Amino acid sequence: MLKATLKSVLARKLRLVLSGLAVVLGVMFVSGSFVLTDTLDRSFKDLFATVYSEVDVEVAVKPKVDQGDPEAARAGTLTADDVKAVEAVAGVRTAVGDVIGSARPIGENGKVLTTSGAPRVGTAWRDGGQEELREGHAPARDDEVAISAYLAKTGGFTVGEQISVLTLEPKRTFTVAGIFGYPGNRDSLGGELTTAFTQPAAQQLLLAAPGAYSGITVRADEGVSQAVLRDRVQAALGDAYQVKTGEQLAKESADEIGEGLAFFNYVLLGFAGIALFVGIFIILNTFSIIVAQRTRELALLRAMGASRKQMIASVVLEAVVIGLVASVVGLAAGIGVGALLATLFSTFGGGSLQLAGIAVPSSAIISSFAVGIVVTVLAALLPALRASRIAPVAALREAATPDRPLTRLTVAGGVLSLAGGGMLGLGFADGTLWLIMTGLLVAFVGVALLTPLISRPVVSVIGKLLAWSMPGTLGRRNSARNPRRTAITAAALMVGIALITGVSVVLTSATTSITKVADTQIKADLIVSGESVNGESSGGFTADRLDRVLATPGVESAFGWYNDGVLVDGQQKFATVVTDVPAMARVFGLSATGGTIADLEDGQIAVDEPMATALNLRQGSTATVQTTKGEQRTYTVAFVLAKSRVLNEAVFLPESVVDEFALAQINTAFVKADPGVDAAEVRKAVEPVFADNPEVSVQDLSSYARQQASQLDTVLLMIQILLALAILIAVLGVINTLALSVIERTRELGLLRAIGMRRAQVMRMITVESVVISVFGALLGLVVGVALGVAAVRALTDMGITDLGIPWAQLGSYLLIAAGVGVVAAILPAIRAARLNVLQAISYE
Amino acid sequence: MTGNVGAAARAVDVWKSYGTGEAAVTALAGVSVEFDRGRFTAIMGPSGSGKSTLMHCLAGLDTIDSGDVWIGDTKVNGLRDKGLTDLRRRQVGFIFQQFNLLPTLTAEENITLPLAIGGQKVDRAWFDTVIDTVGLRDRLTHRPTQLSGGQQQRVACARALVARPEVVFADEPTGNLDSRSGAEVLGFLRRSARDFGQTVVMVTHDPNAASYADRVIFLADGRIVRELHDPTAAAVLDTMKALDGDDRLVVA
Repeated sequence: MLKATLKSVLARKLRLVLSGLAVVLGVMFVSGSFVLTDTLDRSFKDLFATVYSEVDVEVAVKPKVDQGDPEAARAGTLTADDVKAVEAVAGVRTAVGDVIGSARPIGENGKVLTTSGAPRVGTAWRDGGQEELREGHAPARDDEVAISAYLAKTGGFTVGEQISVLTLEPKRTFTVAGIFGYPGNRDSLGGELTTAFTQPAAQQLLLAAPGAYSGITVRADEGVSQAVLRDRVQAALGDAYQVKTGEQLAKESADEIGEGLAFFNYVLLGFAGIALFVGIFIILNTFSIIVAQRTRELALLRAMGASRKQMIASVVLEAVVIGLVASVVGLAAGIGVGALLATLFSTFGGGSLQLAGIAVPSSAIISSFAVGIVVTVLAALLPALRASRIAPVAALREAATPDRPLTRLTVAGGVLSLAGGGMLGLGFADGTLWLIMTGLLVAFVGVALLTPLISRPVVSVIGKLLAWSMPGTLGRRNSARNPRRTAITAAALMVGIALITGVSVVLTSATTSITKVADTQIKADLIVSGESVNGESSGGFTADRLDRVLATPGVESAFGWYNDGVLVDGQQKFATVVTDVPAMARVFGLSATGGTIADLEDGQIAVDEPMATALNLRQGSTATVQTTKGEQRTYTVAFVLAKSRVLNEAVFLPESVVDEFALAQINTAFVKADPGVDAAEVRKAVEPVFADNPEVSVQDLSSYARQQASQLDTVLLMIQILLALAILIAVLGVINTLALSVIERTRELGLLRAIGMRRAQVMRMITVESVVISVFGALLGLVVGVALGVAAVRALTDMGITDLGIPWAQLGSYLLIAAGVGVVAAILPAIRAARLNVLQAISYE
Repeated sequence: MTGNVGAAARAVDVWKSYGTGEAAVTALAGVSVEFDRGRFTAIMGPSGSGKSTLMHCLAGLDTIDSGDVWIGDTKVNGLRDKGLTDLRRRQVGFIFQQFNLLPTLTAEENITLPLAIGGQKVDRAWFDTVIDTVGLRDRLTHRPTQLSGGQQQRVACARALVARPEVVFADEPTGNLDSRSGAEVLGFLRRSARDFGQTVVMVTHDPNAASYADRVIFLADGRIVRELHDPTAAAVLDTMKALDGDDRLVVA
């Protein structure tokens, strides 16, 4: 039996390749994810080990509000006395004050240079550090800087040229005195852009505190361990200081990135899971068709005395062989893809992140084989059972077994769809991710089981649109011929399309909501916004600029806000300081439910209703607030703002605490023009105020809203790319089904050719069948996807997605793509069908 | 209605062999034969005699090594796929042993399929004549799986006739039928030749089936060896026995 099975596998290479390919792609995705994230993880560990290689202990001000940033450079500054105090500790060889902050160089095109994730750092130049001067000299005057070789390359700077840099202060221009690299001839440590100032300049520009330091780097005497020294320094300085060993910092930094990578890995594995889920449909279908086609052969085996167990074993064994081969190939391909992506990342993404060398983690190998074999065998189980139920007498029967009724299938499908829908509903209601995922899977299986029932009417309608000629009619009838087969093939496509559609609906709704809020709730004409990276403000502008805006002719009113993380009653919240609270209330149309809206006095705060509920506050009650740099104080709630669509969980602090924020800069300002004055004119008048700061943009409201929404387009694109694999696998399924159908219908094709059908007509017939299946799958996907999207949007109302937006054009394009996919999928089977030798085909058994 | 003269199909010194070198088998060794318009001809011969090959070559389903094959005024050899397809579409009808109906189509759709494929209109009067002759009037909306073997083969006959081809080729049309159904189909083929002037060429190894034909030609080792006109089953059987004897002589 084993030999017979293996021979049967080898004899049908095409079948092996096509059904195996679905698994190969899924496994490739899995192992690729592991290899990529493992490689990057180790590379970052190496990077931080290098960064902190000359640090035994580092001292910083202990952050009062933990923002999860291991550097904590923004928490406060240290003085020269602090450095002396550290120097005095026994076992300290050297203690040097560091000045590190944010410095964003401006490129030749006048725009701020960006990295993909790595920081843009400013430091004070220090002889004897890791930096190795390659050209020129160290900055000697306050208008000179040295820049890293990576910055020189990125911005095209050479020694002697001018470079403009944004720091805590507005744009300043320097002369490039020198260019430096790092040990091992590296241009940067990990793709960061570094500008080194003189110490006084750095202290002023980066810390806004002359004579201060952001941290102290300590080297230990011979024989004193990092941990021992850390404890001694901590004891000498007291609890207000954060003292960490170099190893600790390296580990914490790497761990932080590692967490991000782990999340990234989960996301990739999630998409791999989707791809494999689709793969299950394909394999199940392939095996079902094969079992159906081999009914007589299998019945003959039964008639000759093969037991049911042997029948099951035979099919399962075939699945194991396919799964095993596919796992090996998929693992190898995944290693290649992972290595390729890691290289791409280090070349384009991280600048000069040195890869730690590609290795294959055991997790990749184990998961590849587990996933590959389990998925294949699981998918083959049902067809195997069906094979075992073939009666020996079927060997003697001429016709294939008639279609079994769909009642049981439909009932099961209905139950599963409802169960899946219910789980989804519960999951959306309280945001339980695993419930949503399981609900999705169950619902997909349920809908797939219902598909055969709906396939007949829907397919005949779709088919009628395409079938204007005899070949078309035949293609349409062929696609309606075996509802199960068509249904599973279409269902595989449904999964990918449904997910893409669902995501599109949610993101379009988010965009619609943002635009609608901007259109209806915000009565500003211009929005002045500083740059924000990942939603966090990295650079804004100072209050005097806002004054200049206010003084601009045509400006009726303007207010700006500052943001920072604070602790309110011990809970981390995002706080806002508004320069003109009544102006904000007018522009946003806010009203108070308790108290009256006015500028906040010292000792007063204001909250909106959601925040009041979250913190159990009301007008007149008190709360403690801890800012990043200041002391904890008790505030009284001056007024509570009614729930609005603009604010969500907002807490407002008086203007006096701005200096206690990590960055005392306004990041967004809203400008209202005088009545009757054109917004475009005001914009022209306001723009010069920020001409020297490329990080600040002055936009009218609608383009601001569009810009905010455009970030979602990137998310959508990424998801579409990742889901493309699921769709690719579904396409393989269509090809597979068609190819097997062509084999099955060899004699029919022979006959059609014999009675005068042209090759082109044969190809058209197969193409129509393929397009009908694909469009059916896409329609299913669109319906299910829109339903999913609508459910998700309903659940996300509290998150600010208040308006449902259906991206009709996008949905239409998905349908067109599906039709195109159908045409492409038909190419190979159609050619195969057209090339059949008429004489051989007609006598094919 | 047998007044039509001239050949509907013609083979001139046709040679055909399969394989190469030592393993080469000569299937047709210089066959020349004409099939007169409006006549029902049976081709007989033992297995491997080349009778099926001859039919396939005449119908343009198989290529020949040398010689010429004509259907009506069309020279078949030398045609490319498109030309052959057109030939099959307009000038040739087929009836197979396995019926070969499309399961997705009704009886009527199967019958008119050759016309539909060619985008031609159905001649309703002729269609009615054909289906009344084969007795399928009340079965037109049935699918092949709902028809008996005999009915299915009658559908196949009607399909072959509906486009009024130059020649209908029937390959063992009764091979899968019981004797009564077989007799119906053969009677119908004879009638289509006699009443409608349809040229029919049938390959068979059943002497009884051959007795329905106007003429029987016998093939052995790729050559035409005998010919009978207006045969009886007994005469066909005798001829075959005699040929068997010849074979043995040749082998010895």
